[in-house]
Amino acid sequence: MRRLTFSECGDYKTRYAQEAALFPNDVGRLALGVLLIVWFLIVPAVAGPYLLTVANLTGIAVIGATGLNLLTGYTGQITMGHGAFMGVGAYTAAVLAARVHLPFWIAVPLAGLATAGVGAFFGIPSLRLKGLYLAIATLAAQFILEYAFLHWDWLTRGTSGYLVPPARLGVWSLRGERPFFWLIGASVVLITWLHLNLLRTRMGRAFVAIRDNDRAAASIGIHLFGYKLLAFFLSAFMVGVAGALYAYYTGVVVPGKFTLDLSIDYLAMGIVGGLGTVLGPFYGAAVITVIPEALRALSQALSAVFPDLAAALNALRDVVFGAVIVAFLIFQPEGLADRWRVVRAYFKLWPYTY
Amino acid sequence: MTIFLQLLTTGIVVGMVYALAALGFVLIYKASRVINMAQGYFLALGAFGALAIAQVTHLPFVLAVVASLLGSLVLGGIVERLLLRPMIGEPVIGVIMVTIGLAALLRGGILLAWGAGNFGFPQLLPEAPLTLGPLVVSPVHLGALGLSLAFLGVFAAFFRATTLGVAMRAVADDQQAAQSLGVSVPQILAASWAIAAMVAAVAGVVVGSLNGLNADALSFIGLKVFPAVILGGLDSVPGAVVGGVAIGVLENMAGGYLDPLVGGGTKEVAPFVALVLVLMLRPYGLFGTVEIERV
Repeated sequence: MRRLTFSECGDYKTRYAQEAALFPNDVGRLALGVLLIVWFLIVPAVAGPYLLTVANLTGIAVIGATGLNLLTGYTGQITMGHGAFMGVGAYTAAVLAARVHLPFWIAVPLAGLATAGVGAFFGIPSLRLKGLYLAIATLAAQFILEYAFLHWDWLTRGTSGYLVPPARLGVWSLRGERPFFWLIGASVVLITWLHLNLLRTRMGRAFVAIRDNDRAAASIGIHLFGYKLLAFFLSAFMVGVAGALYAYYTGVVVPGKFTLDLSIDYLAMGIVGGLGTVLGPFYGAAVITVIPEALRALSQALSAVFPDLAAALNALRDVVFGAVIVAFLIFQPEGLADRWRVVRAYFKLWPYTY
Repeated sequence: MTIFLQLLTTGIVVGMVYALAALGFVLIYKASRVINMAQGYFLALGAFGALAIAQVTHLPFVLAVVASLLGSLVLGGIVERLLLRPMIGEPVIGVIMVTIGLAALLRGGILLAWGAGNFGFPQLLPEAPLTLGPLVVSPVHLGALGLSLAFLGVFAAFFRATTLGVAMRAVADDQQAAQSLGVSVPQILAASWAIAAMVAAVAGVVVGSLNGLNADALSFIGLKVFPAVILGGLDSVPGAVVGGVAIGVLENMAGGYLDPLVGGGTKEVAPFVALVLVLMLRPYGLFGTVEIERV
């Protein structure tokens, strides 16, 4: 067996292949292996249903936030329509499952593809618009899609929405928290793997070039429109998969879930986690999903002292949410992923820092 | 024909409100290239503030409104100083997100203080509708129209005749040139936020007297501002007024004529469909500056 390599004290790379390696040393590889074993085998055995619910919602949010990160973090195209795109995924899955009776494992990728098509369509304005204007165009997409969810009755069944039949994989029926914990966990691993490797391809480098300077990118032969549409397509695919998983997980699809607030939640996940990093969506999704749960627990704990607290929960959620976004933007604009990088850099030479 | 005229007048009154909200929005955008996602909550805060001041201090309602407008002025200045100034030079997404964070803070504050219920202003004008030829108009609508027009006039005069107004236009035009002539750009940015918050509060009071007070309904007007300003041109003050009125008329016409055909909701979506069309065909709007990129 070869000897394990550990974190080096400096940069000693001699070949480009070392730069491009996913794991610069064995520490990350081992840590990832341990983490995966703990997550998939030990956590479901010890965690109660409530914790598994929070973990599942976080996992779905990670997939959606990864989609947003690909578009906003890596390609630099601001989107305020990802909440509605997630809705497109959820509705497609619901229609395919409840009306066409397609099996689960076909419906989810198809929902992703349908969302990708819708996303690419609403990405067309990005040919001419950028920055603020694109943000406003995607805001319009959000409202137009919300209108469709509510009023396109023969497809979406309006306010009554859809009941989604339980997912079946072969002979197993996926019901309850634990099967979904594994399913969502596996999806997160798969999507992150795609995300990570996509960024190391020609396509991923083109995305980053467009983000950094679109005119310079065009001048070295990157087809701006094509790559922007591709970014919208892939990003919407991921968030569509998140929507489809959400549909199967909760079993109901109603229009009230996929509002502008959800789009803003996704943007907040990007900001809090750190846009343009692979791990950012994990941190961001965890923080934004846990905030309301933590507030609920807090209000229950304090209900003896402040009985009114539970009634004001939604308002408190808004206040904390706003404060978190503003605080991150002012004090930690690169997000938690950057904080983690700084901590790791500090411990690289610890305790012999100079 | 009567229905058409009725829809038109309602549209113009509502459009005036949009014009006021859009005016504040354009003011901020012109001065600092920031789009303010919290404009709707400035509206709501102005209206709820007037109500609270009237209830707590028992001042005459008109004085309470004036006090609320002054409060909005201060709040706008504070917001610029605390939240927007640290964001100078940050990427667009950060600047948008900080105003979204502000919107969440304001929404939480309003919900904490007043809850999500409906409230009403005291009646100032008689309720009995007036008949003008074929039209039936309520005095509240006329009052709202008059108030909006009066404030638009005041702002037009402010930008032409006062030193501060001229300095604000100068900064909007060219920050560096204005600075070299001795204009304090940070002060002007704070002033533009203060004035934008105050105009929004005026719009909030007008909506409050038209439709009553509800945090969600008031804040949604802040989003209707986007079609108005895109149609008028993001950096054009007259464009904001024209765009606001046009969107108000458009949504009422859509609500009146299309809703029976497709079954509801067109009033909310029509402005955004118009927004997409304008962005595709003429992204700089009717009166906006055409930005030409040079390498």
